[in-house]
Amino acid sequence: MEEEVKRSKLEIGQSPAGLEGPGFFATSLEKAVGMARKNSIWPLPFATSCCGIEFMATMASNYDLGRFGSERLSFSPRQADLLMVMGTIAKKMGPVLKQVYEQMAEPRWVLSMGACASSGGIFDTYSVLQGIDRIIPVDVYIPGCPPRPEQVIDGLLQIQRLVESESLRRRDSQEYKDLMTKYGIE
Amino acid sequence: MSIATVENIKPLHDTVLAKLKENFGDAIISSAIDYDFPVFVVRRENVFAVLKFLKEDSELNFHFLTTMCALHYPENPGKEFGMMYQLHNMPKNFRIRLKTFIPGNDLEIPTVTSLWATANWMERQEYDFFGVIFTSHPNLKRILNMDDITFFPLRKEFPLEDQTRDDKNDSMFGR
Repeated sequence: MEEEVKRSKLEIGQSPAGLEGPGFFATSLEKAVGMARKNSIWPLPFATSCCGIEFMATMASNYDLGRFGSERLSFSPRQADLLMVMGTIAKKMGPVLKQVYEQMAEPRWVLSMGACASSGGIFDTYSVLQGIDRIIPVDVYIPGCPPRPEQVIDGLLQIQRLVESESLRRRDSQEYKDLMTKYGIE
Repeated sequence: MSIATVENIKPLHDTVLAKLKENFGDAIISSAIDYDFPVFVVRRENVFAVLKFLKEDSELNFHFLTTMCALHYPENPGKEFGMMYQLHNMPKNFRIRLKTFIPGNDLEIPTVTSLWATANWMERQEYDFFGVIFTSHPNLKRILNMDDITFFPLRKEFPLEDQTRDDKNDSMFGR
């Protein structure tokens, strides 16, 4: 009796739709670039408070974020793709955060982790910035105080879906330029 | 020494009070013992001299300014604002508190930076949050808040919540 070969239910590194033949594989450039980018996002952990500690736990071995390609964290914005803002941002810190965002090269994404970065959290007061989307555009928000590591991974997977499906011309489009003008960047 | 109770603290409180009264007389307005702290209220004109005496006297030897903080009691007319200094004597493990009250329209008090260098930043913080002006302070500017704000956040009349939000229900958030 033949044993059924057990196949994994997970699809890791699934190749995009394309024309396949002996020795060649043809697909659209966007899909190939999207797949490459999404599996090698280099985050910049802008960790300010408790969410930063929770992120450290997520990067550690138990809830490893490195499996999704984010093994190499970069503290230099010039070399990072994803700005992860984790923690309370004071109004005094706002210009610093904006400068870090402006120093990142296109294509860049922003992930706001936790209640404080998304909306000021429980700190509705004179000194706390009520959400980083008042100064920089945000792609994914992760609510929670702090969010569990599983939620952080889910947020990163959402970023991966955005990265994979982004058009190569998006950063030159008028809509994107209007968004940057709205925030006073460039 | 063991648990600080009024019985333990009273002799030390009496020593300090006797020395202060001997040297400054009517500058000392009142004295009390709050739990384990002797508290002395002095007049603003003499506060620098009293602190200098407390620091340099060989028997009292309050060489350590633990903390200082501004006070705001708007319900006391003429004495709305105040400053509180906590002094510590490490060899004897003994702490006292000194308070002085100033009116709201004349918020000036001499700096103690020449006695304790730590007072430099502590006074900047009190200027930042209450607006108390410290005369002859070497660098009196805001320290924790942004430099360009025009208000003093920890005064009692200043609202707690951020006023730029318009998505919260006002009746429930005290706006």
